[in-house]
Amino acid sequence: MSAEPVLKIDNLESYYGPIMAIRGASLEVRQGQIVTILGANGAGKTTLLKTISGVMRPAKGTILLNGDPIQGRDADFVVKKGLVHVPEGREIFPLLSVVQNIVLGAYVRSDKAAIARDLEMVFTYFPALGERKEQPAGTLSGGQQQMLAIGRGLMASPEVMLLDEPSLGLSPLLVDEIFSILKRLNTEQDMTVLLVEQNALVALDVADYGYVMELGRIVMADDAQVLESSKDIQSFYLGAVEETQRGQRRWKQRKTWR
Amino acid sequence: MLQLVVSGLANGSVYGLIALGFVLIYKATEAVNFAQGDFMMMGAFVTIWLANSHYLGLDFWVAVPIAIVIMAIAGYLLDLLVVRRLFGQPQIATVILTIAIGFILRFGAGAIWGHEPQWLETPFAGREVRMFGLVLGLEEVAVVIVTLILTWSLFLFFRRSKLGLAMQAASQNQLAAYYMGIPVKRIQSLVWALGGAVAAVAGILFASKGAVDPSTGLLGIKAFAAAVIGGFGSLPGALVGGLIIGLVEPFAAYALPAGYSQVAPYAIMLLVLIFRPAGLFSQVQKKKV
Ligand SMILES: Nc1ncnc2c1ncn2[C@@H]1O[C@H](COP(=O)(O)OP(=O)(O)O)[C@@H](O)[C@H]1O
Ligand SMILES: [Mg+2]
Repeated sequence: MSAEPVLKIDNLESYYGPIMAIRGASLEVRQGQIVTILGANGAGKTTLLKTISGVMRPAKGTILLNGDPIQGRDADFVVKKGLVHVPEGREIFPLLSVVQNIVLGAYVRSDKAAIARDLEMVFTYFPALGERKEQPAGTLSGGQQQMLAIGRGLMASPEVMLLDEPSLGLSPLLVDEIFSILKRLNTEQDMTVLLVEQNALVALDVADYGYVMELGRIVMADDAQVLESSKDIQSFYLGAVEETQRGQRRWKQRKTWR
Repeated sequence: MLQLVVSGLANGSVYGLIALGFVLIYKATEAVNFAQGDFMMMGAFVTIWLANSHYLGLDFWVAVPIAIVIMAIAGYLLDLLVVRRLFGQPQIATVILTIAIGFILRFGAGAIWGHEPQWLETPFAGREVRMFGLVLGLEEVAVVIVTLILTWSLFLFFRRSKLGLAMQAASQNQLAAYYMGIPVKRIQSLVWALGGAVAAVAGILFASKGAVDPSTGLLGIKAFAAAVIGGFGSLPGALVGGLIIGLVEPFAAYALPAGYSQVAPYAIMLLVLIFRPAGLFSQVQKKKV
């Protein structure tokens, strides 16, 4: 584990007009880690990722990528710097072919030979895409579109990948497949991942470290194993309900979450 | 009769190229540039100003690329300085804006070059070619050929080149393009530049086979009909729509009482809208909101 984090976020605030969606969030991601951000719908996870990747501008706070500030910069700058955002809901280019979609991920790069190598790498990690190179991306299944979005993100040759709810709307089998590929990318390609999930079980399984977000704030941060065994996480996200402790749990929820 | 077909095709090519401009800009930015016809007129006058002997008198083959570049820059700046500022406004704002720009261009051209019809002096003026046992004007044949080549090149450009793909990507899913580091705004300005360049070519072709005056750009309305017929989203569709209108016009003039032929392009547009509302070359695409 290196001393300086690749990505360091300090006291970030983001607004939608007058609505404050991120209320002073701080977090760190270290080289080679998978870090997950858990949280209920509307907690501000997507907004946080958008602010990091330059799709939204923060009102306050700093974002350091390898020590350099990137807050408030446009996405093309941030992608060139080595951080790519694979958005929620896939967001592919429906009428372009699979291979055209993937190649567009390398838009900010010009090293032709390395791009060609990375294209082959994407097809080895996602053979389903290799079998459908010329197919319009809009005709792919949901799981294949998610793979396409990740593969396209890989083409930016990122040091850090932000991944927003890759499990959304997919069958458990596909979720397992995608997360095992993610784990392989992390270990084999040394790709650092900041993973947003509502599916805490699968996310904590692959993650090294986790943050819990609620109403625009980070309310909990710990090693993934610790979070996995935490009562709050279990009752809120892992569906474990202990009947005998119901009263106590309610009280604890209020205390921890508000 | 076949001469009629060829001159119809030549007219239709110009409509098709203006329609192409409509479609390019609409696909990439969801704005309709109602000044596209006036851009064509400006392209024609700029070329006349550069090339004709009583103006600057440059060599034709020097004047043409300069005119194309000037119109491309004009398109780029129009987006950068004016259209982009309307981002987030209702679409009608851009419609009104581009209509107003059309007026300004018409008045401006009249003030600079006068309201008399003018011709472009070309190396192939008045020459004839013999094909299929017919004697055809070289201008008209050249117009059709140049249009086909240009449409085909644009088609390849969008398919093969990195910039062309990025333009398509930005039009299909602007947000995703932005996520991938594609500078969407610059790409959109470049599409306006391309629209300006295509308008210049249309203007050059138009002025080399007939006279232009500042109100010539009003035939952009026919080109708009052509774009609708083609599906307003397809480049080949725009060209085919233009050719259809170009072909129908002379035959309508031949077969129908005077006055009715003017209505023919719009009648076809209505028929297409009624029987194939998405146009002849519709792509099935669900727009992301
Ligand atoms: N485009 C928007 N305009 C206004 N408010 C928004 C917008 N997107 C999200 N929000 C609000 O910001 C908060 C955080 O949303 P989001 O970041 O999407 O949460 P999450 O990804 O954790 O589900 C929510 O209260 C949501 O209603
Ligand atoms: Mg979200």
